[in-house]
Amino acid sequence: MFEIVHARQLSDSVFEMGVSAPRIAAKVRAGQFLMVRTDEQGERIPLTFSDWSAEEGWIRFIYMRVGKTTHQLSHMGVGDFLADVVGPLGVPTHTSELGRVCVVGGGVGAAVAYPVARAMVAEGNEVHVVLGARNKQLLILEDELRALPLASLTVVTDDGSAGEKGLVTAPLKRFAESRAIDAAFAVGPAIMMKFCAATAAEHGVPITVSLNPIMVDGTGMCGACRVSVGNETRFGCVDGPDFDGHAVDWEELMSRQRIYNDAEREADADYSRSCSCHL
Amino acid sequence: MPSLDDQGRRTFEDRERHKPVRGERHAMSERDPKQRAASFDEVGLGYTADEALAEAMRCLQCKNPTCQDGCPVNIDIRGFIREIIDGNYADGVTVLKERNALPAVCGRVCPQEEQCERSCVLAKKGEPIAIGRLERFLGDFDLSCDIEHRCVPEIPEPSGLCCAVVGSGPAGLACAGQLALFGHEVTIFESLHAPGGVLAYGIPEFRLPKQILDAEIEALTATGVELVTDFVVGRLSTVDELITEEGFDAVFIGSGAGLPVFMGIPGENLNGVYSANEFLTRVNLMRAYEFPNADTPVWRGRKVAVVGGGNVAMDAARTALRLGAEEVFLVYRRTEDEMPARREEVHHAREEGIEFKMLCSPLEVTGHDGWVTGLVATRMELTEPDASGRRAPVCVMDSEFEIECDTVIMAVGTRANPLLASAAPNLEVSGRGYIVTDDSGATSMPGVYAGGDIVTGAATVILAMGAGKRAAVAMDEWLRKNVTADR
Ligand SMILES: Cc1cc2nc3c(=O)[nH]c(=O)nc-3n(C[C@H](O)[C@H](O)[C@H](O)COP(=O)(O)OP(=O)(O)OC[C@H]3O[C@@H](n4cnc5c(N)ncnc54)[C@H](O)[C@@H]3O)c2cc1C
Ligand SMILES: Cc1cc2nc3c(=O)[nH]c(=O)nc-3n(C[C@H](O)[C@H](O)[C@H](O)COP(=O)(O)OP(=O)(O)OC[C@H]3O[C@@H](n4cnc5c(N)ncnc54)[C@H](O)[C@@H]3O)c2cc1C
Ligand code: SF4
Ligand code: SF4
Ligand code: FES
Repeated sequence: MFEIVHARQLSDSVFEMGVSAPRIAAKVRAGQFLMVRTDEQGERIPLTFSDWSAEEGWIRFIYMRVGKTTHQLSHMGVGDFLADVVGPLGVPTHTSELGRVCVVGGGVGAAVAYPVARAMVAEGNEVHVVLGARNKQLLILEDELRALPLASLTVVTDDGSAGEKGLVTAPLKRFAESRAIDAAFAVGPAIMMKFCAATAAEHGVPITVSLNPIMVDGTGMCGACRVSVGNETRFGCVDGPDFDGHAVDWEELMSRQRIYNDAEREADADYSRSCSCHL
Repeated sequence: MPSLDDQGRRTFEDRERHKPVRGERHAMSERDPKQRAASFDEVGLGYTADEALAEAMRCLQCKNPTCQDGCPVNIDIRGFIREIIDGNYADGVTVLKERNALPAVCGRVCPQEEQCERSCVLAKKGEPIAIGRLERFLGDFDLSCDIEHRCVPEIPEPSGLCCAVVGSGPAGLACAGQLALFGHEVTIFESLHAPGGVLAYGIPEFRLPKQILDAEIEALTATGVELVTDFVVGRLSTVDELITEEGFDAVFIGSGAGLPVFMGIPGENLNGVYSANEFLTRVNLMRAYEFPNADTPVWRGRKVAVVGGGNVAMDAARTALRLGAEEVFLVYRRTEDEMPARREEVHHAREEGIEFKMLCSPLEVTGHDGWVTGLVATRMELTEPDASGRRAPVCVMDSEFEIECDTVIMAVGTRANPLLASAAPNLEVSGRGYIVTDDSGATSMPGVYAGGDIVTGAATVILAMGAGKRAAVAMDEWLRKNVTADR
């Protein structure tokens, strides 16, 4: 059992949670993820570490309420317990000796972009961050990112309610075109990463993407998370989650992410009916 | 004076001569195939006391019991059968537990027809003693007693030494149990949220009820073994760190061969293609068959093709059937005779209506809109036996055909998961990622032992347990020689 020591709502549907897990906190590196199971009937879901403190023995993650498990999480608070927290999983993001790099975080992907950017800065790279969201309400971690010594921070919203109006690919394109960056990193919805990769490819900029295939165990024993990268099948949980964005088969990834959509709607509807929050 | 062995039981020579009763093997009652095709309840119901006695009475109590040589851990089979004949079940359990920590499990899942039962003298006439069923009978008898009355071994004085066991599958459980018997403090680290390894996530409820596993694990923890779940060795702590930082004196690695293999044919990443590991994990460990009461979903195919011929393939096929599939095909490139699965499971699968498509090898998974629509296969034939007597399957030219289906489950093998070894650079592994050990289980790292599927590749429960136990004996020797001396 893992005690919840921090819970905060960041936007309408995005939440931050902290858990006491000293052993995990001592080992985490940027870009790694954990598996959470809320209770005995629960599903194991992957979430990225957004922050951690080895000294104080806690880890944090940021999640968007999209289905049953994240909905359940949003109703849990300080003093409650999660049945299982497993980690750190996945290969840490490569953050050293990149030179000038643009980190793109879209939507809840900002939760991954933030620790990655922080680690890249700490390694002495010149880091530009592009933070995107559908609208101002959904924008997260802007203050935290501003507190880092970044080379620049560009905020983009689909509707222009905050920062620049448009898509995250526009500032990425400017950086790439003007040869202001040597590498890029993107994390967010698959479709966003796909277009970031295409933009980077146009200008010959290498790009790493952090993929989010469906997972079951997160330790390499089931193959649910398999993705095609450069015509090879790789396991997202142990070979990734970071891959070369130019080599990923995006259509396959997006198709595989939809496998359980109907079933998941059913589970969440079922849960919502019995849940007092009437979401 | 009766002559007693070192356990205080009367010796073979000292017992009255047993008069065997001739007759056929006694069947074990089973649930009706129609009923069970929709239920996860256990198929075999076990012998009653009368049935067990009747079957035991058939045993010749041979002077030279060849059965024992067929058992990979050399159980005194004649001895435990004798205790059934004499009605001393608890003594029978003691005989079993000298060699096998989990008799209720092995009685159910061992490939007896290739091991103990094949070596029984009565096998020549085709009617060997049903050793597995008798073993199960005693194992279940033991588990039916509450924990205080179970056959729990005596734990000696604490040795003051600590051992870490990585993985809670049969190898890890057997090793931990044995180490505890030597008086060592044992902690098992398991990466999943539940212990048992394949027994928990792979072998389905209808073949091995979780209750049996839970009872066995309860018995183990009662001997003082500590179990830590959610702990991935290689990530939270490397093998080295278990010794240098966590203070363990020796480590056993029983991390299994959990990495699923795919065939590398086109269409394998379509929606609806599962590895058997994923399919069975969703259903067994995550209880997807209770969805939406349990949160993990599983795609319930109407027409399911399972590729493979081992126990894993049988389990996947029969699970798919129980989830409501209308048709389940088993696609195997050799013939039924060559299938490595337990005979009983093959028989049960047929009874339940699994359709066997033998001598077929998949070429491609076809799909539409990202989802599986069929499996293209080619017909195979077996060559004449080669020098070793093995017949190889070869393609029949232009014999492609398509099996219409919406789900494909690949049960074509597993490999070693590199996660642990990659974090232990000093650990010697083979080209295929398996840990290299000597006969005792010692690895290239001093004080680090390994056994089970991570050493041999996918094998059997009893071999994994035997390896775990053997390693425990070697570890004990090593510890007493090297560690106590240091202090
Ligand atoms: C490596 C990795 C890191 C991630 N990091 C974060 C993060 O930091 N914050 C965040 O909000 N989300 C993250 N995700 C996505 C997150 O795991 C899913 O949103 C979550 O599983 C949804 O669970 P649910 O029960 O609430 O929703 P569900 O109703 O179960 O599903 C909603 C949608 O989420 C996706 N999903 C469902 N189950 C899984 C699963 N087991 N694994 C992956 N995706 C799934 C599917 O696309 C599904 O359609 C990450 C995913 C991966 C693979
Ligand atoms: C579906 C199926 C059916 C089978 N049927 C039969 C049968 O009928 N009869 C038979 O004899 N055999 C059968 N087998 C084979 C048998 O189950 C295995 O040979 C046996 O379980 C191997 O035992 P093990 O302890 O070596 O590994 P496993 O049972 O695989 O256990 C390994 C454990 O280690 C854990 N682990 C792995 N890596 C780490 C890590 N880094 N840190 C912490 N923990 C870790 C795993 O989560 C797992 O719990 C079957 C196998 C399968 C998959
Ligand atoms: S452990 Fe397996 S092989 Fe040995 S006697 Fe029991 S059933 Fe037979
Ligand atoms: S070989 Fe067969 S008949 Fe002889 S002791 Fe063993 S089980 Fe009994
Ligand atoms: S999630 Fe099971 S192998 Fe990656």
